[in-house]
Amino acid sequence: MDPVAAKFIGAGLTAIALCGAGIGIGNIFGNFVAGALRNPGAAPKVFPNAMLGFALTESIALFGLVIAMLLLFVV
Amino acid sequence: MADSHNPLEQFKIIRHLHMDVAGIDFSFTNSSLWMVIGIALVTLLMTQGMKQRALVPGRLQSMAEVLYEFVAGVLQENAGKKGMQYFPFVFTLFMFILIANLLGMLPIAFTTTSHIIVTFALAMLVFVIVNVIGFMRHGLHFFSLIVPGGVPWYMLILLVPIELLSYLTRPISLSVRLFANMLAGHTMLKVFAGFVIGLGLIGGWLPLAFIVVFTGLEVMIACLQAYVFAVLTCIYLNDALNLHH
Repeated sequence: MDPVAAKFIGAGLTAIALCGAGIGIGNIFGNFVAGALRNPGAAPKVFPNAMLGFALTESIALFGLVIAMLLLFVV
Repeated sequence: MADSHNPLEQFKIIRHLHMDVAGIDFSFTNSSLWMVIGIALVTLLMTQGMKQRALVPGRLQSMAEVLYEFVAGVLQENAGKKGMQYFPFVFTLFMFILIANLLGMLPIAFTTTSHIIVTFALAMLVFVIVNVIGFMRHGLHFFSLIVPGGVPWYMLILLVPIELLSYLTRPISLSVRLFANMLAGHTMLKVFAGFVIGLGLIGGWLPLAFIVVFTGLEVMIACLQAYVFAVLTCIYLNDALNLHH
């Protein structure tokens, strides 16, 4: 295969990272809503943790973006 | 497409003042300019806000107090009483990242935290300081951080390298998280801004609405990433202060 083409295909493949991040963020907010509905009093206390989990999960997907950037501009 | 339509063009470093000291480039760039602006704004907010020291705070004083109490609460919660002596460090980090992220949301402004070298320097600073604190407090006993407790010895052969590796990649994940979030957000906004131009007066309204919504999200992420950086710094500090919590 042409190495340049392989580079672009590899960069495109990093979009698969979004799959895991989608599952993760869905899990976090789904469980947060479920927990908040069961115990509305505890919801404000758990919300910062939910946001923290969201930010941490989201950045995992962005590591994929970094790989894409490395492939496109560095390799 | 023209060069100015490139979504990554906004991250270009422009030298405002050329300076070469002993072969090392010390130029004053747009990145340094926005860092200086950010630090000046934070200093102004904190000093002007706390000037009156009123019992019933005014607007500026409330802002300063809310930020102070927020970071103090985060540090207290994650690193305990012993961590409070490192409050100035965590607060400075939090405020610097917060103001750099928020200033980046202004049009034509430069986002300093969208460059890996800036965030990596911050993360390395955290890493080195945490290690120094850990070794000063516990000496060589600090190495027990990478030995998980309650595990049979033959599993340690496998687990210690993994723990060591995960410990050593902390500065990388800490810096890449902040940098990638800023880079991705700003690039995405620029890409959708390109769609507005491309689709013209009839179709351009949809991506424009999208940009408006996502600008709000980006402001939230700017605050959230500063919070995440501060929280993780507190957690690392806690590791160094209280071994085997």
